[in-house]
Amino acid sequence: MKLTDVKNQFADGLFNKNPLFVQVLGTCASLAITTTVKDSIAMGIAVTAVLTCSNLLISLLRKFIPNEVRIASYIVIISGFVTIVEMLMNAYLPDLAQSLGAFLALIVVNCIILARAESYASKNKPLPSVVDGIAMGLGFTLALFLLGSVRELFGAGTFLGFSVFGKNYTPIGMLTSPPGAFIVLGCLIALFQYFKKRFSVKKAASSDAKPDSGKPQEEQPDNASEAKEGDAS
Amino acid sequence: MTLLMNILTVFVSVALVGNYVFSETLGICPFLGVSSKPSTALGMGLAVTFVMTLSNAVTFLVFEYLLKGKYEYLQTIVFILIIASLVQFIEMLLKKMVPSLYKSLGIYLPLITTNCAVLGAANNAVGNDMVSGDFILSTSYGFSAAVGFTLAIVIFAGVRSRMDEKDVPESFRGVPITLVAAGIVAMVFNGLLSGISFG
Repeated sequence: MKLTDVKNQFADGLFNKNPLFVQVLGTCASLAITTTVKDSIAMGIAVTAVLTCSNLLISLLRKFIPNEVRIASYIVIISGFVTIVEMLMNAYLPDLAQSLGAFLALIVVNCIILARAESYASKNKPLPSVVDGIAMGLGFTLALFLLGSVRELFGAGTFLGFSVFGKNYTPIGMLTSPPGAFIVLGCLIALFQYFKKRFSVKKAASSDAKPDSGKPQEEQPDNASEAKEGDAS
Repeated sequence: MTLLMNILTVFVSVALVGNYVFSETLGICPFLGVSSKPSTALGMGLAVTFVMTLSNAVTFLVFEYLLKGKYEYLQTIVFILIIASLVQFIEMLLKKMVPSLYKSLGIYLPLITTNCAVLGAANNAVGNDMVSGDFILSTSYGFSAAVGFTLAIVIFAGVRSRMDEKDVPESFRGVPITLVAAGIVAMVFNGLLSGISFG
């Protein structure tokens, strides 16, 4: 396994094939638990742990699992790891387990995990599968962190529980409600697509030896994000 | 009579006020994936209703008589296995007995296993004080949640079919505008119901 492969896998997980922003998988949990940054990170880490472990085990067993019952086998493996995470969290982080609530158990049906098992771990060796699990999990965590940051910062005026804007700020309460989750996620994906397109255009332009062309447009992203924030409120 | 009242209370609180899609954000994957046309959305909704009602009935019995007390930590594994095998079983049954229904639901059935609303309903019915310990109420909890899901997906499919004709900014095309629209529909849905309950 080469270093460039690992690099590519991480680029895929975090950016090119980001589970939430590009593949739009695992939306249920993402919309429900991103009301605070803390819950978002906790959920991201829990999913990463389950995804890495299940990828490893499925990759190790890929030659023994019959094709006909593979989905059922994957689900059993995944739910085993979810139960482990659930029990560990209940024992050591009961407050966090309480605030994630039902969605902790629902990691079982998080499409990301099954999708990676089916499309990657069942076809690749254990080591790349583990790297894939970590990369995809981190990509998901990053996406949850961004979503949670926007919702907590503007919806409650706090970040990780600390007040950011002071007492005079009136929180946009709607952002912490489920409809707000839909809208913020929609805007973030739009922003992501916008940057992705600009990035690839820039790359093409710079290969045509025009390095300065990106400069005058530098202020545009801010405007775009403000406009989107305006939409959300 | 009190049973009927209880069933009605469960229905209103799960299908309308606490709608699974719009206020619990469960079952979003099929909600976004299969809502491009009202007819397919209805098909998916019916398939989910069928599976969810049955799965809540079965998971209740299994939890109450096998797991309760000693083996509660096995809940997640056992429930997802029940749902997966139930979906498989229904698929085979429909194929043999009602081929026409199988044809119209066929492609949606396997997708239901990974619909988190199904496992969510089973888990919630066990943990919910209002319905836990009562077979009929637990089953109607699943049925109500599924009806709420069907309602949401059919309403949203109607909105989406209108949206296809609109000229959307490039970055918003596809998933983003769908999510924003879902947010607005959710706002309307929740706002309408809270208006009713307060008025």
